[in-house]
Amino acid sequence: MKILVCITHVPDTTSRISFTDGNTKFDKSGVQFIIGPYDDYALARAVELKEQSGGSITVLNVGEAETEPTIRKALAIGADDAIRINAFPEDALFVAKQIASVAEGAEYDLILMGRESIDFNGGQVHSMVGELLGLPSVSPVMTLDIEGNTAKISREIEGGKEHIALSLPFIAGCQEPIAEWKIPNMRGIMSARTKPLEVREPTSDVSKTQVSDFELPPAKGDVKLIDPENIGELVNLLKNEAKVI
Amino acid sequence: MTALAFVETDEGFVRKSSLEAVSYAKETAGDVAAIVFGEAKDVELIGKAGASKVLHVTDERLAQPNIMAYSSVIAEAMNQEQATLLVLAKSSLGDPVSARVSIKVDAALVSNVSGLPSGDTVKRSIYTGKAFANTVLKAEKKIISIKKNAVIVKENGESPEIVEFSPAIADSDFTVKILKVEKQEGNVLLPEADVVVSGGRGLKGPENWGMIEDLAKVLGAATGCIKPVSDMDWRPHHEHVGQTGIKVSPSLYIAIGISGAIQHLAGINSSKYILAINKDPEAPLFKAADFGVVGDAFNVVPKLTDALKKVQN
Ligand SMILES: Cc1cc2nc3c(=O)[nH]c(=O)nc-3n(C[C@H](O)[C@H](O)[C@H](O)COP(=O)(O)OP(=O)(O)OC[C@H]3O[C@@H](n4cnc5c(N)ncnc54)[C@H](O)[C@@H]3O)c2cc1C
Ligand SMILES: Nc1ncnc2c1ncn2[C@@H]1O[C@H](COP(=O)(O)O)[C@@H](O)[C@H]1O
Repeated sequence: MKILVCITHVPDTTSRISFTDGNTKFDKSGVQFIIGPYDDYALARAVELKEQSGGSITVLNVGEAETEPTIRKALAIGADDAIRINAFPEDALFVAKQIASVAEGAEYDLILMGRESIDFNGGQVHSMVGELLGLPSVSPVMTLDIEGNTAKISREIEGGKEHIALSLPFIAGCQEPIAEWKIPNMRGIMSARTKPLEVREPTSDVSKTQVSDFELPPAKGDVKLIDPENIGELVNLLKNEAKVI
Repeated sequence: MTALAFVETDEGFVRKSSLEAVSYAKETAGDVAAIVFGEAKDVELIGKAGASKVLHVTDERLAQPNIMAYSSVIAEAMNQEQATLLVLAKSSLGDPVSARVSIKVDAALVSNVSGLPSGDTVKRSIYTGKAFANTVLKAEKKIISIKKNAVIVKENGESPEIVEFSPAIADSDFTVKILKVEKQEGNVLLPEADVVVSGGRGLKGPENWGMIEDLAKVLGAATGCIKPVSDMDWRPHHEHVGQTGIKVSPSLYIAIGISGAIQHLAGINSSKYILAINKDPEAPLFKAADFGVVGDAFNVVPKLTDALKKVQN
């Protein structure tokens, strides 16, 4: 099976977010970058599927040179080779067009992504790629099992789960508990250094959205503490001050 | 300008988040058509929220949500109505549909939008609620996917005109088969809820969730939890709130026995009000909360439930 895994290079989940240049640029200083947590699930499932039935895993990232350590980590976890599209990921459409052009004609049996990136949280790229390629896309995927040419999937929906069957090829946006995150071992780290990482220039420069500036949420005021022996006051605050009950 | 609003239903009843989408479209565009699939028992609410017309899709094959076919139908509806704006609520169906329609009609798409636009610019939440990006939609056609509470539902609209809508749908849109849907009925859905009651590891075990459910019941609230709690199977996965779970933006979020790890806060920081109940006064959640009770949850929560019952009677 030939699998493409699309990964993001994003700030660690504990990062404090701030901006520079008059709130127009993300402040990278002191921030540690990781493979997107959901993309990590996609990669982990790809590695398991390859262990089961053979094949190859290509990882793909749309990003500038700074993302290469993150791509190498994906190679250390178990991808065979990598492609980096050398461009700043302007928006979801821009990224989707790059991914679609890599996939076109390459005949991947499966394209795995994360349910969403944790920087822009769009949850859009997989469905856009699906539409561009005329393929189904399913997200968020909690379990994915493949037998021959057919896949069985469970997808999280509000308040429950949907069980789905479809034929390969398709795109899936993954989340837990699809697989356990894989930690690279020494052999993986060594071999990752020499695995092929091809850099391609973007094929299209279409984007339809543009960030004018960033904002941080307003600082919270101090918490109003209520004595546990005076719950009546709490009810009063919720009802008459906050007006939420 | 005409806008189209995509309205979702649950068991035949219109979702509140979809009514927010209708009102959002009304405030932005002036003239709103809504599109709804299958049974809609309370279609007059869509009119009240601001739609003058409801496109009702009755095709049997679409009784179950089908992402590809819904996208084709909605794109077709935008064309028919000459709508330059599509508004919908973020959901497990709205997300993929909005992305597919954006490609079909060549529209600019922005999701997680938290307020009305100013010109062509909307404010959307990014970094899981830790920041906002003011984002310009650079195309003539626009799609806006809103978060809960992005707008207040107006209820001053008229009875809508209801029109059957049944465009031809290609067979290739029916290749994904839904085999079964597992859903607990009767529960308030987490992303829809105005009030959310969440429990953390401080509750010690799944057997203690009764008091969380009792409190949720008096408030008409949904129940949520932190990630380790769903990892340990104390609660179902779809209740897990945070960076890697559901992001909520209710009017009131009640966090019980939750310390306030940054990954949890990321999922709740766009709540209007946060109430923390924790026995540790140093718990980081108190820094993010508006109201706090320092105390033992096993004592405070039943007392709060009783007090609420009293004011409601
Ligand atoms: C990559 C990554 C992603 C993550 N994503 C998420 C996510 O999406 N959502 C999420 O929630 N977590 C997430 N986590 C986990 C997160 O870091 C914390 O581990 C988790 O939120 C802690 O849960 P807690 O506050 O319930 O537990 P604890 O930190 O153990 O806190 C329990 C609290 O309960 C209080 N308490 C104990 N007994 C009582 C009592 N009787 N009455 C009142 N209070 C009591 C204690 O004072 C304490 O503050 C993630 C972690 C990682 C590494
Ligand atoms: N710059 C990128 N490079 C490669 N894949 C990406 C990129 N951005 C998003 N993706 C993939 O698309 C998924 C959904 O992203 P998003 O739509 O931004 O939430 C991510 O989890 C990744 O798998």
